Amino acid sequence: MLEFIRQPWPWYISGFAISLIMVMLLYFGKSFGFSSNLRTICSISGAGSRVKFFDFDWHKEIWNLLFLVGSIIGGYIVSQWLSSPDPIQLSASTINDLKGLGIHFDGGLNPSQLFGKDFATSPKGFLVLLTGGALVGFGSRYAGGCTSGHAISGLSNLQIPSFIAVTGFFIGGLAMTYLFFPLIF
Amino acid sequence: MKGLKFILTGILFGVVMAKSEAVSWYRIQEMFRFQSFQMYGIIGTAVVLGTIFVFLIKKFKINDFSGEPIEFKDKDKNWPRYLLDGSIFGLGWALTGACPGPMFVNLGYGYWPMLIVILGALGGTYLYGIVRTWLPH
Repeated sequence: MLEFIRQPWPWYISGFAISLIMVMLLYFGKSFGFSSNLRTICSISGAGSRVKFFDFDWHKEIWNLLFLVGSIIGGYIVSQWLSSPDPIQLSASTINDLKGLGIHFDGGLNPSQLFGKDFATSPKGFLVLLTGGALVGFGSRYAGGCTSGHAISGLSNLQIPSFIAVTGFFIGGLAMTYLFFPLIF
Repeated sequence: MKGLKFILTGILFGVVMAKSEAVSWYRIQEMFRFQSFQMYGIIGTAVVLGTIFVFLIKKFKINDFSGEPIEFKDKDKNWPRYLLDGSIFGLGWALTGACPGPMFVNLGYGYWPMLIVILGALGGTYLYGIVRTWLPH
């Protein structure tokens, strides 16, 4: 049984589970949207005294922080007990394209070249990771949601703004992949 | 323990995202290069089933667990800006291979440099809070 669970899960199981998570949160009287947590953490850290955007009653958002804590635990559970011993089945063309950028496929979830100690502690690596995160944080708040809020909750509720936002996610992602990656790596 | 259900839902989210490799930087690259169906299958299935569930909830006026009607908030109608704002997000998504949820799942998985990404995301959110009154909305 454990061997079975340890295999990578197919897309339809994952997609089904994610829609179920959205419905569970609706049933709990909440709405699935992860990036709101970033605003809440800023608020808890005291940003509300200086910036009006963070001056709100964050106690109402504690449920989402608990969801965040759960997601960290979930990642830990998989890495400790449920991870597959085999390398991920990345497509050969992606492996080849990345090799052209000097990023080698090592079989893990994330390249150790980018998420290992050496890169993260180098000035360039630190800056790349920090800037990438900042773009995500700034963009998700400006766009009013991230992948969960727009792509899952918004599209499921047939929201046109969400469709536009998701289109934007892809424009940015393609620009980074094809235009900026060759300059950065 | 009122909060336990949210922690458990979060654990389910973390496990599913990690086991289906949706938190993988490599998989996000594969998606933006259109070289695998995996990510499209995940998002597509979630959206199609999600749409059906939302339709049924509205049609049968299903209440939440406390008996209140389930409400759906419409997103802001002022949408042309979403294209620009979304693409800022997309730049970061492709660079770090992580949107906000997967950042934390990866942290739990043991990729501690994600802390730098999270720090950046908090900084980006804070920056938005400062400049938002000057931004076109």
